[in-house]
Amino acid sequence: MTKLKFHRLEQHRPTLWVLVGLHVVVLALGFGAALYMEEHGHIVSGMNNQIVWGLPHVFAVLLILAASGALNLASISSVFNRLAYKPYARLSGIVAIALLVGGLAVLVLDLGRPERLVVAMTTYNFKSIFAWNIYLYSGFVLVVGAYLFSMMDRRASQSVVLGNTMAWVAFSWRLILTTGTGLIFGFLAAREAYDAAIMAPLFIAASFLYGLAFMVLVLVVMSRETGNELATEEIAGKFRGLLSIFALSVLYFTIVHHLTKFYTGGHQGVELFLLRDGGVYTLAFWGGQIVCGTLLPLGLLARARDSATVRWSLPLASVLFLIGGVAQIYVIIIGGQAYPLKLFPGMEVSSSFFDGVIASYQPSLPELVLGLSGISLAMLLTTLALRLMPFLPEMRTKRSDAA
Amino acid sequence: MSAESYGSHPVVDRRVLLRGAGGFLVTLLAPGVTLYAFGAAGHASEAPASSKVRWALLIDLSKCPAGCDLCVTACRDENGWQQNGRPETDPQWIRKVKLRDGRTGEYREVPVMCQHCDKPACVDVCPTGASFKRADGIVLVDKHICIGCRFCMMACPYKARSFVHQPLTDQKPWAPRGKGTVEACTFCVHRLDSARLPACVEACAVKGGGAMTFGDLNDPTSEVSKAVAKYATSQVRADLGLEPAVRYRNL
Repeated sequence: MTKLKFHRLEQHRPTLWVLVGLHVVVLALGFGAALYMEEHGHIVSGMNNQIVWGLPHVFAVLLILAASGALNLASISSVFNRLAYKPYARLSGIVAIALLVGGLAVLVLDLGRPERLVVAMTTYNFKSIFAWNIYLYSGFVLVVGAYLFSMMDRRASQSVVLGNTMAWVAFSWRLILTTGTGLIFGFLAAREAYDAAIMAPLFIAASFLYGLAFMVLVLVVMSRETGNELATEEIAGKFRGLLSIFALSVLYFTIVHHLTKFYTGGHQGVELFLLRDGGVYTLAFWGGQIVCGTLLPLGLLARARDSATVRWSLPLASVLFLIGGVAQIYVIIIGGQAYPLKLFPGMEVSSSFFDGVIASYQPSLPELVLGLSGISLAMLLTTLALRLMPFLPEMRTKRSDAA
Repeated sequence: MSAESYGSHPVVDRRVLLRGAGGFLVTLLAPGVTLYAFGAAGHASEAPASSKVRWALLIDLSKCPAGCDLCVTACRDENGWQQNGRPETDPQWIRKVKLRDGRTGEYREVPVMCQHCDKPACVDVCPTGASFKRADGIVLVDKHICIGCRFCMMACPYKARSFVHQPLTDQKPWAPRGKGTVEACTFCVHRLDSARLPACVEACAVKGGGAMTFGDLNDPTSEVSKAVAKYATSQVRADLGLEPAVRYRNL
């Protein structure tokens, strides 16, 4: 039996400070952008009365999905008892919390009245899936925090029952959380592009993919910065397999989603718009999600058979999967809104309020910066946590005295 | 009250007494008479909304002339949602949607506003309860607890809601608005509460084609109830089952 050891982020290359500095700058710009939007109103964003959710929501949803997916490594090790993943359990927990906080920060700072956050935290309409998500998100931080405690506290970690219980609770919670996120769209009966229960499993599959992609990138960066290879050859191979399966799952649910819409009478219009006639949305779907974000990285991983190729293919594929993720969520959120609401089916409609026309949306710089700052916040929080507490595994193994 | 006392016996001037009683009666009955005109048991502005009332609007499109936007301008003037020359972000509480049947070439213009649904999707999805339905069926936004998440705008199938994208000036005291919050037609709730018709209905009746009939759907003697019982009417996207309070004739 090998004994796992963990350490804090103490010794690292000076380049880590460059990364931290870059993230601090992006974060500061993001807060500046939020203040700018708060001061002048959303008129300075690209959003309007047709496209009410824009680029910040794309980044927020990506981060929230990735948060629940990042926890997978801990879940695989504890819930499914795969010891190879044990060294990454702590790190996956803290990255999950950091990604969620990053996503929520973007979501909150994009509110029309962000200063009323306390209202959102204290006044609930329990029929709203949004209100449920507020519980699910804050609960996720608490549950994963407790899960980390059960792993890291000297006495608590001795209790197998506590560890298993927390692992199952966290695993169940993350599945429910992602289901809730998917149903924000799935429950929107008014919008043809959504209104489908498959949004929940689609989002769960996407969360697996984006969460693992983020974890791979964090491990690669930390390996480089600390000079210790955190991902063993064995685990790199497993990551390669998992990423491929997750990407194929997302592709499967995406195909089923679109085919179902195509098959259902009256929804062909929105499908033809997204997949054929939608301009930037069609390009984002085929070029961004399918080619760049699915086929290309899948091809990379499929060709990576020796360990050296896997080493450079994994991070590259992860970056491509995340680019594909941005494209996927862009098409879902913004493309779905761009297609006009059908108030009078079968009629040609027009109005001064853009009825019957494809809505236009030009993302503004403040929106982009605000969205990116969510990623920076998540990465800074992760770095801070790694600095303060022993989350990083020592990959050297030694015989346990007790064995 | 005018009264004089002789010793311990108060003597009241009969004429003054009658005048006072008459005035009291007029005060008491006038709002009811006004509301009776559009078919409802009224209530004073301080009284809470009653679930015995279900406000509804019937629009006869055969009486809604093409190019007429009296209802729109009346609503804008009444509620102060001025246009800023930015149509994509400017609010619109009511708009005229132009319809053309591609096969027959038939043309209609349909005033569309918040449909004040009995099962409003906007109320269901609002995380804070800022979107709410009054007892009398009017769907409103509580500007004090709206956080500006716009989920209600995503959920509304009628595109009836607007988000306030920029700072506001010259607000009407009876129709408070707020930057960063969502807003929509209120059925001119401030007018209803003081027994007056919504501004669009009044403008349409006075200067327009008289296409709008407003009243209490729960009162079988109201004009709107009689019209709904007598004529075939339709609701926009009735398939969604939201049961809108706005109905259309000759759609």
